[in-house]
Amino acid sequence: MNAPTQPAQVAPAAGEASPVAAGSRRMTMIQALRSAMDVMLERDPDVVVFGQDVGYFGGVFRCTEGLQAKYGTSRVFDAPISEGGIVGAAVGMGAYGLRPVVEIQFADYFYPASDQIVSEAARLRYRSAGDFTAPITVRMPCGGGIYGGQTHSQSPEALFTHVCGIRTVIPSNPYDAKGLLIASIENDDPVIFLEPKRLYNGPFDGHHDRPIVAWSKHPLGEVPEGHYTVPLDRAAVFRPGSDLTVLTYGTMVFVAEAAAQETGVDAEIVDLRTLWPLDLDAVVASVKKTGRCIVVHEATRTSGFGAELAALVQEHCFYDLEVPVERVTGWDTPYPHSLEWAYFPGPDRVGAAMRRAMEAA
Amino acid sequence: MSQHEPLRLHVPEPTGRPGCQTDFSYLRLSPAGEVRRPPLNAAPADTTDLAYTLVRVLDDEGRAVGPWNPQAEPGLLRRGMRAMLKTRVFDARMLIAQRQKKISFYMQCLGEEAIATAHALALDAGDMSFPTYRQQGLLLARDDVSMVDMMCQLMSNGGDPLKGRQLPVMYSLKRAGFFSISGNLATQFIQAVGWAMASAIKGDTRIASGWIGDGATAEADFHTALTFAHVYRAPVILNVVNNQWAISTFQAIAGGESTTFAARGVGCGIASLRVDGNDFLAVLAASRWAAERARSNLGPTLIEWLTYRAAAHSTSDDPSKYRPADDWSHFPLGDPVARLKRHLISIGAWSDEEHAATQKELEAEVAAAQKEAERHGTLIDGHTPPLATMFEDVYKEMPPHLHDQLRQASA
Repeated sequence: MNAPTQPAQVAPAAGEASPVAAGSRRMTMIQALRSAMDVMLERDPDVVVFGQDVGYFGGVFRCTEGLQAKYGTSRVFDAPISEGGIVGAAVGMGAYGLRPVVEIQFADYFYPASDQIVSEAARLRYRSAGDFTAPITVRMPCGGGIYGGQTHSQSPEALFTHVCGIRTVIPSNPYDAKGLLIASIENDDPVIFLEPKRLYNGPFDGHHDRPIVAWSKHPLGEVPEGHYTVPLDRAAVFRPGSDLTVLTYGTMVFVAEAAAQETGVDAEIVDLRTLWPLDLDAVVASVKKTGRCIVVHEATRTSGFGAELAALVQEHCFYDLEVPVERVTGWDTPYPHSLEWAYFPGPDRVGAAMRRAMEAA
Repeated sequence: MSQHEPLRLHVPEPTGRPGCQTDFSYLRLSPAGEVRRPPLNAAPADTTDLAYTLVRVLDDEGRAVGPWNPQAEPGLLRRGMRAMLKTRVFDARMLIAQRQKKISFYMQCLGEEAIATAHALALDAGDMSFPTYRQQGLLLARDDVSMVDMMCQLMSNGGDPLKGRQLPVMYSLKRAGFFSISGNLATQFIQAVGWAMASAIKGDTRIASGWIGDGATAEADFHTALTFAHVYRAPVILNVVNNQWAISTFQAIAGGESTTFAARGVGCGIASLRVDGNDFLAVLAASRWAAERARSNLGPTLIEWLTYRAAAHSTSDDPSKYRPADDWSHFPLGDPVARLKRHLISIGAWSDEEHAATQKELEAEVAAAQKEAERHGTLIDGHTPPLATMFEDVYKEMPPHLHDQLRQASA
């Protein structure tokens, strides 16, 4: 099992993560992501950052604010409104030898880039037998909870995990966000980097009617200023527990934590961090320990990544399971605007699933 | 009640179909030597006339005329002649190999040989081409590319540098400036622009050359490439090979009716040329002009190469089902090999005897390469790469789930 994500405990196992640099400060996830790009632009002259509105303005979520002023217009620049063009150009730059970090303004808008991601970036190494590669990082804010309606709220991660040759990464807090983004940029394979936008400014637990908590009030908002990595392809136990395992990621990590507190179920929350390639050992170890498993994600249910997780748990842990694996997900509808909170799988729904799992058998 | 006639949908049709001869007047040709050659630093808008006319150097008598005459050394043209012949011989031989089931599939570039071979001579070492599947001439024009390696790729055998992963003709050869060919059309066009942008970002001097067919210009990636190339003034040549046919689809269905593909470039603020693609000298001159512009920070050039796909789209295609069987013989821009041959003979740099001898020599060279390639196996041998190669290179390091699947597949 891997180290939990708390900075104090992340003092990494050998070969797992680089040493944490001295000097930390409180950051939002936005600041942490910006710091990751800042560090990499500084360290590696082959890193470039571009996308819609990311240059002078610094991005609609401000993730690249100040980077153009610091590194110049040839390294941080605005792109036309063309997701296919942004990723396609990044593939060409990757083939040249650069490490482009591109932003798709909302994950909901990546679809025009599908061909460049699925057929090109993901397969370039394979089809050319390593002659050409595309070490690109495609950042995109995902998830709902901001009244974004059906075109600013989607969680398309399963569309990426189905594609061989790419990594799908999704952090749940500022510390992981920076360390995972640096690891993604340094990785020689293409990475889809999903950013749960509801977590940009604070650890949202799903109680939308309560006051917002800021990252400055949360220990995971403590982020080293310098270079460090959080390992890809490795999950983290976000909350250790003995009653049941929650397999989740992104926004739902905090929702699951709230549900555990509110139900009194001693849930072990596994934050997957990289969805694919999956840290199967971490998943299996936790489920074998607890004997119960629920899978939680915000994305729609059918053929969602939860289906893959449930199947893997069944294949690897069947004889350790006390109860069937249950999924708690968004409904199989577009993300509605007015009924956003009826759609969002909040702590009540997650908590109810926890209770069912504990009452059964 | 409406005062108008019922609306009608216009679906373009070629003038020729099986059983009736094509009226090629739709091509709107210019006489050789007539089209002006603008200065290298011409503003894109000042190339508008060149997007609707046709740059030609070789006239019907094989003379090199007009401002686009590249004044090439006879030695270079003889080299070009040999590259075109080599490409044609290679194609013919591999077509037979496909019929013999030694390879699964093949695509010839018959009739289009001048474009890739002359273009290759205009590029510098280190430049990168992003080709389609019909630019084998880019490789065959080079003396440092092994025909044996190319054939091993076609045969997906143990000598295939791509480990049998790609359909025949989808070569990749970075050291020869030849980007990995996709099968998804147009994707490489914007990638070429991205590569060129990278070269500019790094303050390099190398340029990119992107390739696309008339049919695939309808894809979004084509338009995206033009926008990005213009916006960032990318050092790239954007080649549109208009060979009239996308499998059975006439170029008018891609949007070529009553306009030109070169005109797309001007509309995007890109200097654009429409060039006789069967005229080796015109291809050389236009490619040099575009390459020099790109290398001088003057930005991209779009070139529409007018040509004709003389052979089937691929070995899976039968063009007699949708176009006149003898169409190529009526194509007004003729055969690029015959046209350069006539010119070289007229300037005393070639002869019928030398032509025949070169052809024979190349046939022997290609046959010897094939013999060598077949030593690594052909498709009919059932010779396939080791099973593990299926799971390699999906990622740089093989992740656990692929190790697991390799183990299952090996069981």
